Amino acid sequence: MASRLATNNQRIIIDQTSKLGTRLMSSWWQGIQPAAKDPILGVSEAFLADPSPDKVNVGVGAYRDDNGKPVVLECVREAERRIAGNQNMEYLPMGGSVKMVEETLKLAYGENSDFIKDKRIAAVQALSGTGACRLFADFQKRFRPESQIYIPVPTWSNHHNIWRDANVPQRVFHYYHPETKGLDFAALMDDVKNSPNGSFFLLHACAHNPTGVDPTEEQWREISYQFKVKGHFPFFDMAYQGFASGDPERDAKSIRIFLEDGHLIGCAQSYAKNMGLYGQRVGCLSVLCEDEKQAVAVKSQLQQLARPMYSNPPVHGALIVSAILSSPDLKSLWLKEVKVMADRIIGMRTSLKENLEKLGSPLSWEHVTNQIGMFCYSGMTPEQVDRLTSEYHIYMTRNGRISMAGVTTGNVGYLANAINEVTKSA
Amino acid sequence: MRPQTHSSSSSTDRRLNSLLRHLQNNSNSIIMDSQTTIISSSPTSAFNTNHSVFANIPQGPEDPILGVTVAYNKDPSPIKLNLGVGAYRTEEGKPLVLDVVRRAEQIILNDRSRVKEYLPITGLPDFNKFSAKLIFGNDSPAIQENRIVTVQCLSGTGSLRVGAEFLARHYHERTIYIPQPTWGNHPKVFTIAGLSVKYYRYYDPTTRGLDFQGLLEDLRSAPSGAIVLLHACAHNPTGVDPTLEQWEQIRQLMRSRGLLPFFDSAYQGFASGNLDADAQSVRIFVADGGECFAAQSYAKNMGLYGERVGALSIVCKSTDVASRVESQLKLVIRPMYSNPPIHGASIVATILKDRNMFSEWTVELKAMADRIISMRQQLFDALRARGTPGDWSHIIKQIGMFTFTGLNTEQVKFMTKEYHIYMTSDGRISMAGLSSRTVPHLADAIHAAVTRVA
Repeated sequence: MASRLATNNQRIIIDQTSKLGTRLMSSWWQGIQPAAKDPILGVSEAFLADPSPDKVNVGVGAYRDDNGKPVVLECVREAERRIAGNQNMEYLPMGGSVKMVEETLKLAYGENSDFIKDKRIAAVQALSGTGACRLFADFQKRFRPESQIYIPVPTWSNHHNIWRDANVPQRVFHYYHPETKGLDFAALMDDVKNSPNGSFFLLHACAHNPTGVDPTEEQWREISYQFKVKGHFPFFDMAYQGFASGDPERDAKSIRIFLEDGHLIGCAQSYAKNMGLYGQRVGCLSVLCEDEKQAVAVKSQLQQLARPMYSNPPVHGALIVSAILSSPDLKSLWLKEVKVMADRIIGMRTSLKENLEKLGSPLSWEHVTNQIGMFCYSGMTPEQVDRLTSEYHIYMTRNGRISMAGVTTGNVGYLANAINEVTKSA
Repeated sequence: MRPQTHSSSSSTDRRLNSLLRHLQNNSNSIIMDSQTTIISSSPTSAFNTNHSVFANIPQGPEDPILGVTVAYNKDPSPIKLNLGVGAYRTEEGKPLVLDVVRRAEQIILNDRSRVKEYLPITGLPDFNKFSAKLIFGNDSPAIQENRIVTVQCLSGTGSLRVGAEFLARHYHERTIYIPQPTWGNHPKVFTIAGLSVKYYRYYDPTTRGLDFQGLLEDLRSAPSGAIVLLHACAHNPTGVDPTLEQWEQIRQLMRSRGLLPFFDSAYQGFASGNLDADAQSVRIFVADGGECFAAQSYAKNMGLYGERVGALSIVCKSTDVASRVESQLKLVIRPMYSNPPIHGASIVATILKDRNMFSEWTVELKAMADRIISMRQQLFDALRARGTPGDWSHIIKQIGMFTFTGLNTEQVKFMTKEYHIYMTSDGRISMAGLSSRTVPHLADAIHAAVTRVA
């Protein structure tokens, strides 16, 4: 009753003043320009809006099964069943789930890593790979304000946004060789050598996004060696561990090489793809330190950056990851399922290449099977991509990146034909 | 270099051994030669595997609020009481997951068609729609006129941060006025986003109520266009809220000075037990047709704390403006975390859009609010019964989860040391952490602190 009376009184007062209010006030936001759509996520939006029955989405890097359907891993479903109803939803600590972080470090640094035993790794749960990179960028800005970040060309477009918003100046280094559609190793090494000592470099640990081009093990060793000579800081973004070769240990090889060489690395890990936990936003940021004391200090500072961003990270995804990685049956199921996903993609690469060759394409498509991971850098131009979309309802990012996860036995023929049509007179 | 034997297992030895193994095992002779050369002969080389670029980083301070729980957890005393973090506890002192939340979770779990794909950058659309209705009212003209943009964010903190970043980029005024005192994380959020923080008078220690005149004076002297942070209800940490009449005066003053309202609504439903009543402050601002920001959190009122569910709404003059604003909000969010977490928002959407579940929620919410109100009364009665010196009526006048006791830092320290009571050093206690069983212990502690510590 009291609140109703109050509302009536309000209404009287408001009627008198609201006219005044609306007349005098124009929008504070009148001058705001519409922002450009995100080049990757905008693709899915456009795909969803397309009514054509033939449409194919090879845009965003989210795994699809051979029916083109998103997949929730069985190990995830089982983990959810096990945790349902058992947990309260209290705040995690600022640094996130300790258990999840411990298990996650084992994946990157090795099951029996001395660094973990010696507590030398400062690590916090982060909002998937994006959140981990952003926390690191903010941390880098705060504690090494004079530093810049060297980013490979090309890279995931959001990397540029992340370091820009953290106000860390960016430089680029050579990576992709358009002529070979492989690694421009010589130019990469030149850039590493010619950059100022102690530069910060962003490296994709495996399954480079968007090109799918990874250094060989030998090349990684040389890069690591040169990094030691220059005293560079290696920051690894590992978003596809397990997804590249099907074997998480193998996919972490680059990181292990650097660790053996004594580098004090930084590392962003994501469970979005390899556990299919996309929307849960689960990941981890770690920084390897000289000793435990330093790790404690660094972790505390990472937490200081998380607090004014989101206070503490979301619990649900972390519970799933912990349940899976700490139960031997679920972990072994997960490893099987990751291999299935990776194998299907490898199979689709082979199939796409064979289809293009069968169509008599004048171009070489070796790179389709040479490249690794979720993406294929087709080498198509933006104009060719636009034709694929407008004429064939095929959606991909304009840099010619094909998400192989979106290719199925059902659409690979259609896709190959369309690609051949737009490229054969190139 | 001669290989070391593995007699010692210290971490330094392990590192050296690993480095040695690498040098000896490296089969590429060219590289190994130059490596060896560099290591042994170049004292000025940039190479130093053992030196961290972050070597000089100092230990960060413990968060004053979350640090209370850390300290509490370390205390072995069986009579310890955690009145620090504002997380609801039952009479048994246990965290509570609402029944309706468990039901929503089951629905989500059993729906095999649900996937865990990325949400859009702006979050779950249903969640956004129903969150806006919750705070602005189902019949809000601003909603009907399609001029509110709502984006899902990471609870209250995330909503404030995204809003602050947007303001720092697009608004002509860089100053935000926040109440004295306020939630400890507020100044950090706004400062890191690039705004400069000023304070307006709010709490009057002599009355333990609102310093209304001081508030009006400070807002009157704020530069035109300045941003003003307002706690929608259940002010944190004081529990002191303006009356509706006072809110109306604040509104008129702010509109006449062109001040931009930024509401933080973390306790809707928790303050009075009534969702609409607790949103009145926000609604009178929206009713006058002007623009404002509102950050919402479901941490407390749905008990979803760790799921990090919240929403930022920006009420704009027109649909066109709202759509442009939304596009710019995406540019803030994408480089921060790309898109928000799906689980908590799905729970909220499931509850808000089902009439029965919504109704169940209001009942459970009222029960939590009522328990807190009852704790206030019990504590007040207990202090009166002990004849504790001072006027303790503020305990029952203040509203929401927190009571600003008026105890000073020395008294707080004393209570922690002698009575194992954990609270923030500003004298704020979370009423949600109290139970009928523990009220006497707290009353004893307050009594002792007030009579023995200056």
